[in-house]
This record gives sequence, C-alpha cells and structure tokens, in this order.
Amino acid sequence: MSTLVAGGRNRTAILYESVIGKKIIMAVTGFVLCGFVAGHTVGNLQLFAGPEKLNHYAELLQSLGGALWAIRGFLLLCAGLHIAMAVQLTKLKWEARPAAYVKKASIASSYAARTMIWSGPVIGAFLVYHILHFTTGQAHPEFVKGDVYRNVVTGFQNPAAALFYMIANILLAIHLYHGVWSMFQSLGVAHPRYTPLLKTAARTYGYVIGVGNVSMPLAVLAGLVK
Amino acid sequence: MNMRIVLHIWRQRNRAAQGRMVRYELPNVSEHMSFLEMLDVLNEELTRKGEDPVAFEHDCREGICGCCGFMVNGVPHGPQRGTTVCQLHMRHFRDGDELWLEPFRAAAFPVVKDLMVDRSSLDRIIAAGGYVSVNTGSAVEGNALPVIKQCSDMAMDAASCIGCGACVASCPNASASLFTSAKISHLALLPQGQAERDRRAIRMVARMLEEGFGYCTNTGECEAVCPKGITLDNIARMNRDFLKAAITYREETAASAAG
Repeated sequence: MSTLVAGGRNRTAILYESVIGKKIIMAVTGFVLCGFVAGHTVGNLQLFAGPEKLNHYAELLQSLGGALWAIRGFLLLCAGLHIAMAVQLTKLKWEARPAAYVKKASIASSYAARTMIWSGPVIGAFLVYHILHFTTGQAHPEFVKGDVYRNVVTGFQNPAAALFYMIANILLAIHLYHGVWSMFQSLGVAHPRYTPLLKTAARTYGYVIGVGNVSMPLAVLAGLVK
Repeated sequence: MNMRIVLHIWRQRNRAAQGRMVRYELPNVSEHMSFLEMLDVLNEELTRKGEDPVAFEHDCREGICGCCGFMVNGVPHGPQRGTTVCQLHMRHFRDGDELWLEPFRAAAFPVVKDLMVDRSSLDRIIAAGGYVSVNTGSAVEGNALPVIKQCSDMAMDAASCIGCGACVASCPNASASLFTSAKISHLALLPQGQAERDRRAIRMVARMLEEGFGYCTNTGECEAVCPKGITLDNIARMNRDFLKAAITYREETAASAAG
C-alpha cells in the first residue's frame, strides 16, 4: 500500500468533512443545548414559586458576571455550530435526491424525525425573540429591568406572545423527541438491550420539557399566575 | 382467483430523457404470480402490440441477488416486510388495486431506463474498503482462528445485505448509511477484518459522500424496508468505527508501505 490513509489530511479535517463527523458535531452541540434547555426550564419553573423566588434566581445568575458571559458565549458557539451543520447537511440532502418521488410512503420514521429541519429554524427564530423579549427587553413593551417575574407576567398577558411561546415550545419538544435519542445513535451508542430504554427516556425528556415550558405562558393566560 | 390490477409505471427512455407515469390495466392477474411475473405478462402484451416493454432489473428471482427493486406505492420492494419485489406475490394485493411503480430515486442512482437504475455507486463504496487483504493460498484450517459465536452471528446478519439499494431509496436523505454500515460491520465483527478496520471506515464513509449519497438522520425508514432485516445497530457501529478511526488512525509512511 503506497497511498496514505485518508490522503494524509489531519484528523479534524477528516471529521469535519465527513457526513458522520458533521452529525457528531450536531450531536455534541445538541447535547450541550439540551442540557441548557433542562436547566433553563427548571430554573424558570420557579415562576410558580412567586416573584421573590424567581427574581432572586435571576439575580443569582446575574451575579455570575464573567462566568455568565463565558457560558453564554459557549452556548452561542454550540447553537452556531448546530445550525451550520444543519444548513450544510440539508443542502447535501437536497442534492442527494434531486428528483422527488411521485408517491412516497413513510412507514417507520416519526413526524419529529422528518421535520427536524423545519422545527429547528422556528426554534432558532423563537430564541432571538425570547432574548429580545425577556433578556434585553426590546421586544417587550412593558419591560422593567431586573423584575423578571413582572416581565414574564405582563409579557404572557399578550395572547399573541404567549401563543408564539407555546407553539415554539411544542416544536422544541418535537425536536427533542427525535433529537435526544438521535444524538446517541450518531455517536455510535447503541445496544439492543439499552436502545429501547434510551428511546423512551429521550421521548419522555421531550414531553417533560414541552409540558414544563408550555405551562408557563398557559398559566399566565389562564390567570393562575398574576 | 384472478384480479384486475391497475399499474401506473414510470416510463423513461434513458438517463437524459424526461420521464412520466403511464397507466396500464391488467384485467387478469393470477394471485399465484410473483410481482415480476405480472410485469412479464404486461411486457409480453406490450411487445405483441409493438410497444416498448417496461425495463426492470432482475436476476435470481429468489430474493438473494439484489438485482431487483423498485418502489411500489412509495415503498421499496412493496408492502411485504422482509421481502424483495421478486418474492412478493400478487396474493398480497386485492382486486382493483392501483399500484404506482417508480425507480429508486437518488442522485447516486441514475435511471438507466424505466424502473432500472445504475447502482454501481454501491460497488464503488465496497471497492473503497469493503474487503480484507489476504495472501491467497490453500484455505486455513477452520478452527485456527477462534470466533465468538455471537460475533459470527452478527457478522452473518450484516453480511446478508444483498446491496439492492432499498435503504437508499426509502431514506428521506437518500443516504447509503445502512448499506455501508452493513459492509463495514460484517468485517469489523470478525478477526480477519481488524487489520484494515480504521482505514476501511474512513475510506468507505468518505466514498459515500463522493458518490453523492446523503447522510443519516436516524429516521429508521431503511431498517423497515430492508428485505434482509439489516438493523440500525450497524449504523451505530459504523459511526463508532469512524469516530475511533478519525481520532486514532496512523498514517502509513513510505517506510511501512515498502514492507
């Protein structure tokens, strides 16, 4: 054999340029982001514990200072990579089947799995709105800096905003329904004994996050949280 | 019992031509016919009328060669699980059924004619690394190389892939991951496949992309339509092998290559 393995390119390039490498980046960044989602949801559910608890939690996060910005930067990097891989892979997918089927049946795939590329951008757009709404306040007409509880309540009393939150978070739950198991499979974690358990756990995770996140705008709209 | 079957078949003269669905009616289809025998009957009829018969690929007609395969109502090889279209019998259909027949569609599977596609891209993926390099000679003694029973079973399961391309056809991304992972797995599970394991994974995965196949989004469509029951576990193994290889492979140097 006189040829070099993989033409002597470096390891990062082999990973990055391959479809499996891109899916691995997708999986790892997805793992980080879904960890964030869990923490964020649990933290925000303190809305139900009253203004003091939630605002105190917000102050605690703000007091992190530099560390908070480091975490934000890291999450942004993960989100950016996740999106970049999605764009590259989707382009590849469209090129891989230029002529569509006249008739095509889906017999095994979930709705969630087939619509990842559509739930993703909506969640991305929601993220931008969410930050402008509750973090920086530009998209919130009655924004009071520091009073997180008040901002959430007045924000969700606008039915249009609350509805968008609910739709986006249902899509997030759908995204997680497929994505959380899928990232393990992309990393090669599979075993006949554990894969079914992992799938169930991943789907449950999607449901729990969905219910948790939808409960907040719903509770405000219903007048349970004032 | 005989039945009336309406077929809508994709007719395309050659790779460059524009294709379209054409409707054919078969008034007298026996339930004992195989799907391909029904097409044989249609083709005899077309030939008699001086029309161009429908081109479809077939060879063994016993589900082991991997030649046949097209879409029946949007599913590769039709509705019967674990069955190639040549082994599909008309008793699984009902009188008056309308069936849409299309070729497997992927950039890497150009249409040759009608329902026939060129799947040599799959052969080139195998040529990229789906082999073991051994010196030929007399066969070694069977028990010289111990193989764990479970591993040989799994290797045999992976090796049952006939390369028909149904996985590619059903995949929303036209990915050849199930095929490639089966070809990687049946060697990776055996001692003979270890020497070239890293290089095989890197080269075959790279070849998939070069051939214009998509990527895997773990939808599971491939597994469901595979006539040989190849599972997604193989794709996970390919992902593992590739990840490990990309991190740990050692480049061959001129000195080691000379040996």
